Amino acid sequence: MATRGFVGRRRTERDPRLPPGQYDTGTDWPVLTAEATPRIAPENWSFTLNGLVATPTTWTWDEVHALPASRYDGDIHCVTTWSLLGTSFEGVSLDTLLDIAGPSPQATHILARAKTGYTTNLPLEHVTGGKAWLVWTHEGRPLPVDHGGPVRLLVPHLYFWKSAKWVTSITLLDHEEQGFWERNGYHDLGDPWREQRYTGD
Amino acid sequence: MTDEPLHPRLLAAGPHVGTGAWRTATVVEVVHPSPRAVILRLRVPDRIDHLPGQHYAVRLTAEDGYVAQRSYSVASAPADPLLELWVERLVDGEVSGFLAEVVEPGDELVIRGPIGGWFVWDGMTPAVAVGGGSGAVPLLAMLRHAQAVGATDRLRLAVAARTLDDLPFPDEFAAAGAVVALSRTDYEGRPAGHLTAAEVAPLLRPDATGFVCGSTPFAEFATQLLVDGGLPAAALRVERFGPSG
Repeated sequence: MATRGFVGRRRTERDPRLPPGQYDTGTDWPVLTAEATPRIAPENWSFTLNGLVATPTTWTWDEVHALPASRYDGDIHCVTTWSLLGTSFEGVSLDTLLDIAGPSPQATHILARAKTGYTTNLPLEHVTGGKAWLVWTHEGRPLPVDHGGPVRLLVPHLYFWKSAKWVTSITLLDHEEQGFWERNGYHDLGDPWREQRYTGD
Repeated sequence: MTDEPLHPRLLAAGPHVGTGAWRTATVVEVVHPSPRAVILRLRVPDRIDHLPGQHYAVRLTAEDGYVAQRSYSVASAPADPLLELWVERLVDGEVSGFLAEVVEPGDELVIRGPIGGWFVWDGMTPAVAVGGGSGAVPLLAMLRHAQAVGATDRLRLAVAARTLDDLPFPDEFAAAGAVVALSRTDYEGRPAGHLTAAEVAPLLRPDATGFVCGSTPFAEFATQLLVDGGLPAAALRVERFGPSG
């Protein structure tokens, strides 16, 4: 149904990189957080992979930096409808970390956990095969603390609430356990191209 | 440092909150409280009652299929039979400009909500809430709800803006005894200036949940005020918007 009197802004051809319902935020990268921003010194940060893995493993800041570096060039999409196009992050591929910890065959899902207590759930197949990273730089600079620095999860093919800021652990599970926003009315997967914003979409 | 226990308050978030489907609401009333804002009062068929702090999405569709969608906080209490949205009119705002200039009573708008299960207050527990600019809107829903259910003693409020025109519902906040801080202009004997620790201190109580809503810089500033005042960071719920830096 058309809205009476609405013509919208004069528009050029829509950027094919924009999923439905998203707008190009330009060079702005909005900050959206449900909690107070924690200050985490890199020397006090560590990251743990546990749960259904052969070798539960914890990496310090130095140890994770010693792993092969990996880079993401592309777009990110927030459920609040902004997309940041053509951006870049550097860190380590989650594949590298999972190879070390050795997922058990029965592992199907993960629960990522942040320093603040924030959690988010993801199917394992959505964080393997070059789809997910731990990142600590954005556009070549250290990741700002309000964007999850020193280290955040990056799962750019899903809405950005899945890319947990201040990530400190990932637990592999044989079932799905909803995270923070998923318990609060948001979709369990969050695919921007299918507009999976809210529960039941 | 590696396996932090979840904060109990984050764990307690939920319960499972349903968001209604897209539906067509009818505009009942349009109010222009200042050149910077418009208030829309909507009749929503099969409305799902919201909790104060939740928001709605508004979706506009042009004849050629072009769609623009934005989210707005609910200003009304759940007890209000109509849904009230306060919309800040942004410079060059594609949606806010349309809502402020074109929409009139009798129009139909496609909306969806209520959305969000975290930045909500049910009126049952002590709360201290600080809002900046349009971030005061969800706090107004909390205030109206507190008045509707007789819980005003549980809710303490501070609202801030540059000028009175930038503040949603200044009269209702002032009448309820909220701290009203205007940074650019004097107001009711208060000299122009940012919200201060001394103004926030009397609002705090150790068992309160803190609610902070506003732009990113304001949210950082207000969060710090509350934490410095002794409210545990884990007791804070923050809703912020706008670009960083």
